[in-house]
Amino acid sequence: MMASSYNAKDEDGHITVTGPGGGAVLRSKKPENTAFKQQRLPAWQPILTAGTVLPAFFIIGLLFIPIGIGLFVTSNNIKEFEIDYTGADTSSPCFNCSQNFSWNSTSPCTCTVPFYLEQPYESNVYVYYGLSNFYQNHRRYVKSRDDSQLNGNLKSLREPSKECEPYAYHNNKPIAPCGAIANSMFNDTLELFYNDPNGTSVKILLGTTGIAWWTDKHVKFGNPGGVDSNLSAVFQGAGGCWSLALSNAYKRDSTRSSSSDRLSVSGTTKPLNWRRPVYELDSDQSNNGFVNEDFIVWMRTAALPTFRKLYRIIGKSSQMVPTLPRGNYTLEVVYNYPVRSFEGRKRMILSTISWMGGKNPFLGIAYITVGSVCFFLGVVLLVIHHKCGNRNNGAEISN
Amino acid sequence: MGTRVSTLRTLITRYCVGEENWVDSRTIYIGHKEPPPGAEAFIQQRFPDNRIVSSKYTFWNFVPKNMFEQFRRVANFYFLIIFLVQLMIDTPTSPITSGLPLFFVITVTAIKQGYEDWLRHKADNSVNQCPIHVVQHGKVVRKQSRKLRVGDVVLMKEDETFPCDLILLSSSRDDGTCFVTTASLDGESSHKTYYAVEDTRAYNTEKEVDCIHATIECEQPQPDLYKFVGRINIYMDSEPVARPLGSENLLLRGATLKNTEYIYAVAIYTGMETKMALNYQSKTQKRSAVEKSMNAFLVVYLCILICKAFVNTLLKYVWQASPDRDEPWYNNRTDTERQRHIVVRVFTDFLAFMVLFNYIIPVSMYVTVEMQKFLGSYFIMWDDEMFDEELGERAVVNTSDLNEELGQVEYVFTDKTGTLTENNMEFIECCVDGHVYVPHAICNGQVMPGATGMDMIDTSPGPGAREHEELFFRALCLCHTVQVKEEETVDGIKHGIHQGKSTSFYISSSPDEVALVEGMTRLGFTYLRLKDSHMEILNREDEIERFQLLEVLTFDSVRRRMSVIVRDSSGELYLFCKGADSSIFPRVVSGKVDEVRARVEHNAVEGLRTLCVAYRHLSPEQYEEVCHMLNGAKLALQDRDKRLAEAYDVIEKDLILLGATAVEDRLQEKAADTIESLHKAGMKVWVLTGDKMETAAATCYASKLFHRNTQILELTTKRTEEQSLHDVLFDLSRTVLRQHGGMTRDSFSGLSGDCTDYGLIIDGATLSAVMRPTQEDYKEIFLDICRNCSAVLCCRMAPLQKAQIVKLIKASEEHPITLAVGDGANDVSMILEAHVGIGIMGKEGRQAVRNSDYAIPKFKHLKKMLLVHGHYYYIRISELVQYFFYKNVCFIFPQFIYQFFCGFSQQPLYDTAYLTLYNISFTSLPILLYSLIEQHINMDILRKDPSLYRDIAKNSLLRWPIFIYWTLLGVYDALVMFFGAYFLFNNTTFTSNGQMFGNWTFGTLIFTVLVFTVTFKLALDTHYWTWINHFVIWGSLVFFVVFSLLWGGIIWPFLNYQRMYYVFMQMLSSGPAWLSIILLIAASLLPDVLKKVICRTLWPTTTERIQTYAAFGYVPTLLDVSQEASLSVCVKCSFIS
Repeated sequence: MMASSYNAKDEDGHITVTGPGGGAVLRSKKPENTAFKQQRLPAWQPILTAGTVLPAFFIIGLLFIPIGIGLFVTSNNIKEFEIDYTGADTSSPCFNCSQNFSWNSTSPCTCTVPFYLEQPYESNVYVYYGLSNFYQNHRRYVKSRDDSQLNGNLKSLREPSKECEPYAYHNNKPIAPCGAIANSMFNDTLELFYNDPNGTSVKILLGTTGIAWWTDKHVKFGNPGGVDSNLSAVFQGAGGCWSLALSNAYKRDSTRSSSSDRLSVSGTTKPLNWRRPVYELDSDQSNNGFVNEDFIVWMRTAALPTFRKLYRIIGKSSQMVPTLPRGNYTLEVVYNYPVRSFEGRKRMILSTISWMGGKNPFLGIAYITVGSVCFFLGVVLLVIHHKCGNRNNGAEISN
Repeated sequence: MGTRVSTLRTLITRYCVGEENWVDSRTIYIGHKEPPPGAEAFIQQRFPDNRIVSSKYTFWNFVPKNMFEQFRRVANFYFLIIFLVQLMIDTPTSPITSGLPLFFVITVTAIKQGYEDWLRHKADNSVNQCPIHVVQHGKVVRKQSRKLRVGDVVLMKEDETFPCDLILLSSSRDDGTCFVTTASLDGESSHKTYYAVEDTRAYNTEKEVDCIHATIECEQPQPDLYKFVGRINIYMDSEPVARPLGSENLLLRGATLKNTEYIYAVAIYTGMETKMALNYQSKTQKRSAVEKSMNAFLVVYLCILICKAFVNTLLKYVWQASPDRDEPWYNNRTDTERQRHIVVRVFTDFLAFMVLFNYIIPVSMYVTVEMQKFLGSYFIMWDDEMFDEELGERAVVNTSDLNEELGQVEYVFTDKTGTLTENNMEFIECCVDGHVYVPHAICNGQVMPGATGMDMIDTSPGPGAREHEELFFRALCLCHTVQVKEEETVDGIKHGIHQGKSTSFYISSSPDEVALVEGMTRLGFTYLRLKDSHMEILNREDEIERFQLLEVLTFDSVRRRMSVIVRDSSGELYLFCKGADSSIFPRVVSGKVDEVRARVEHNAVEGLRTLCVAYRHLSPEQYEEVCHMLNGAKLALQDRDKRLAEAYDVIEKDLILLGATAVEDRLQEKAADTIESLHKAGMKVWVLTGDKMETAAATCYASKLFHRNTQILELTTKRTEEQSLHDVLFDLSRTVLRQHGGMTRDSFSGLSGDCTDYGLIIDGATLSAVMRPTQEDYKEIFLDICRNCSAVLCCRMAPLQKAQIVKLIKASEEHPITLAVGDGANDVSMILEAHVGIGIMGKEGRQAVRNSDYAIPKFKHLKKMLLVHGHYYYIRISELVQYFFYKNVCFIFPQFIYQFFCGFSQQPLYDTAYLTLYNISFTSLPILLYSLIEQHINMDILRKDPSLYRDIAKNSLLRWPIFIYWTLLGVYDALVMFFGAYFLFNNTTFTSNGQMFGNWTFGTLIFTVLVFTVTFKLALDTHYWTWINHFVIWGSLVFFVVFSLLWGGIIWPFLNYQRMYYVFMQMLSSGPAWLSIILLIAASLLPDVLKKVICRTLWPTTTERIQTYAAFGYVPTLLDVSQEASLSVCVKCSFIS
């Protein structure tokens, strides 16, 4: 009954009066003899028989297994080190920090986690932070952002989208950047020190750029008022600065808002959980405000509840031939980010990268598996084809 | 004032006397004139005006009414609900995703229906406003058609179409007749004669017509076109004369006046009460088996959908039990959300899950199925091979809803005359008292082979016999309803008889009569015309004999005979009767019955149609009595038919047998071949005919319905007279069931041709005994017997019995799919009853064609229709249905699994654009195209090897195991895709610059694999790759890629989110993404390919075997054609000898 059609011809009560067909009508009734109308278009008519599929199976098998082995070897060559610094155990150096966490504490809690790298890490080393049991893909969370605000739109800066609720306004001031994602931005500071065998600890230089997608940084995200404006002025909207910045902005962005809005606004406020406002994220102006790369990385919500995000890049240095030599290291954490409440975990990961990304044996194993299965099936089919195919050819057509 | 009093009085008397149940009848005052006081009550009944409203909507109610109609369909309503839910609650997907497709579908349908209705309005207006000449106060006035009222006297001129149902009062012809063609009503282009009542004939100017003082009493409008009962009361000299009115006086709306200068007629049924309007109102919609399975699958999916939503809701609340999961510090609810009651929250969550998963039942499936059916049906119309040069007609599709049902037929019910046979009657011979006359022998000096068996061909009989012979010829010349048409411009049956200066044709609704009258011409007696109720005959001596036609006792299928009463020039009265042997012989009192009977039976065995002719002298007193009886019956308003039949029964008795005629109705071209193919295709063919058993059986042998080795079981009156019906039935069932075990074993091997099969012959009388509602077990036994017979012949069937048989089979426990083929009005009931009704464009008018679902010019076209088109449509639509469900399982299942990883938060896996466009554009065209042009086997092979049809019998491609296979395949693919992506994304990066991907890349990766997998799956199923397939399949993949690039390539200003920005490009820039896409596609397709190959190799179906051999260049012919032909000759020989 559901499929009872979208046509009306059956209820059609109208009677078409047609006279008996004359000669001309009769002749035109002859259908056109075209290949399409007669369903005789030339066509390739393939059939999947054991014979035709066999080569395909073998080819897939022979292609996939080497690829898989290649991938597996590549993945195994990648060095990865992971350390959990959540501080859930009493023995953990960050236990205190995790226990005594309070949003209001003014003095940051710091802890040091020592670790030992058994292998030297060559080439660029990528520093990730990892979170577990953190549902960045929760629907309420994912949508809690205002892309237009993040793109530098002034109107959205003053009137954040209601998707940002309950992180849109604080004390009647619009929050910039609004939304749950921004509000919960990861704010632990991780620092790495190499403990030289001679006793000195060398701070490892962590590169802050190149961790976000280029397009995100340059197109999708943008500061209000343009690149060259005074960020704190734009966000604070303090007195003359605010209106000046605005008027500057309006010159560029005149289409958006009406002048009456201007009076009702008096600046934005930082997200509740942030310690610093958005315009103080970095001293480098090109990495400040909405285009701060840490911020952008955080704003790309992860697909799964256990995820890692790129934190820093340790560039290949000329002094030490391996970027990170074998030895003792210390991880210094400014512990700002609470995960204990939702039984989350925090990790720091060091990884080298190949052309196929980080360490991931899955792809290689999967390729080898599928390849072998194909090859095996190819053999099975070959047997079947030889035993049964012949029988079919011979006997069964006679009826 | 006086009128009123008299009205009241009459009313009272009427009620007191209970004269007439006048609620069921109406009184019409011709020219709105009151009847003379006291004679009749003048009650102005209210009748509708003559406005025809075929349109459904007006300008004002179009939007609400159309919306209502559209949303009454469950599918639309479902989508509307989903859309409204999306509008109301905070849903995971934007309302656009379901609103847009729904809006599109609704709008397109509304526009289409609106346009159709506008056309109807236009047509209505042109009909309603066309000017009509009405006689008012002795003057002809022009009126708009819609202002015509019941009782108006109308002047119609030649070639005008009647605006409403009219009673003929008078015509320009002296005899008060007029000719009418009902081509637009039933397609019969022959001219029918209508008569005016004797007493009004003379009034044929507008002045005179205005003087007619009469009322008409008739029944309230009935939809039956050929039935009408009424009475006209004419007040001439204050003495009312009552005359009967029948369908011969009633001119129907839509018919056209021909060959008559003008007529006067009075309107009796107007507007929506005309018979034509009543007839066009209801035609039940048939549904195909595929549609039923589709609906069953839909219910399953609906259950799956609800289960999914339910499970997820449940798990969500279990999971959320700890507040830190429900509302961790980073992800707070708004205050309004917090304040919401828990029940409301649960309910909204449930709805949100429903919305999230609702794509599993896509709107586009309905649209695609509709389009497939509608566009696909054009291939039937376009088919060159189903075009008949002779008729100049091609196949017609009246309903495209049943295309695939053509591939599912199990029972074929076919009419004999005009369907299996040509219905092109040819007079073969006549037999008078055992002397055989063959017109061809006389005309051409050629001896017909069929007649050589008799010893007395054309021997000159004695003088008494000669008199009989001439009487016989005269009888045939007089006893008919043939008209003579003197122009050449007649469509339909054109039989020229050269007769001096002008060419004339015989026209009749029955081709038998034409053949007989023509045959008489060849034997020396020519029927000239009917003039002033005198029939003129040109006899052998070229003299004109005139007979006054007194009464015509018309033919009907119950009596199976007709009679005329004539008075010859010498004043003698004769009754000539002509009819089926079974209806004549019992009424014959003298004549050479045995000789004639022998000849009739001999002819019947030859497959000829025989009629017997008899006569009776009537004395004037007898005639008086007859007249009295007939008039009495004709005047009755109630039970007129019954009383007429009684009268006829009394009149047609004590006949003297004259002889018999034989008319040949040749088998249609390739009828035997077609029946044989249908048999081989596993269909059971039943012939339902009104003909007598012997004739029908002969046709059945000729058409190879029965073979030499067919064991014939008879269930006829002849047998039931000897034994009780009970015993006969049990006897037969025992015979059949004894063989049954052997039968099933053979039918498994697919060749039931060699074992003994049974043929059943049953006649109408026995059938009605079997069908008697009191004896349910008889029905069961009968069905049991029928089930085991490969062929059944039902003879002596009334039209309604044909439908009964179809209904019986339809309702039997297997619920087989039935198909009825017929060409005449008597087949309409069975055509309407069967699952698929097929009309043959025969000679008996267009009624069958009009009521059919498909119409074909010839019976032989049925073969291609079923074996090729039906097969293709079934294969196509079943793949369409299964594939649609499959691809939506693949689509939605990953989203379902994803809920387990996103805290059951209804987070969609794919972007809105992908959700919306997946079914609309990324994956819609390939399957639509597939469902239009797929040919899994070559057309020629399908036709040559009908047994392939068995492969798809019983809806085999939509059975539950196959459906479950497809669904499981979908689930498997979904699992591969989701977990493939999951392990790839799991806690690692796969870019070479160390950057991470987010959830949208995750979804896009799955979606890409999905689109490619489902498209490749279809590509693997495609057996017929034309350039269009290549274009559409690769094109839609290219479109997907291009769209994704574009969608992610720009910051779209109208969107309030930019989540897809550069996602697709970033994904493609990563090597592992490419590798995993390839891997996942391969892994998804692997099991299906494997299953196909293994099944094909180890357990091939006939179809697959044939495909394999066709691919290797070998076309198998299962039976040699010439061998078959010789076999059939033997069959016929053996039967005759």
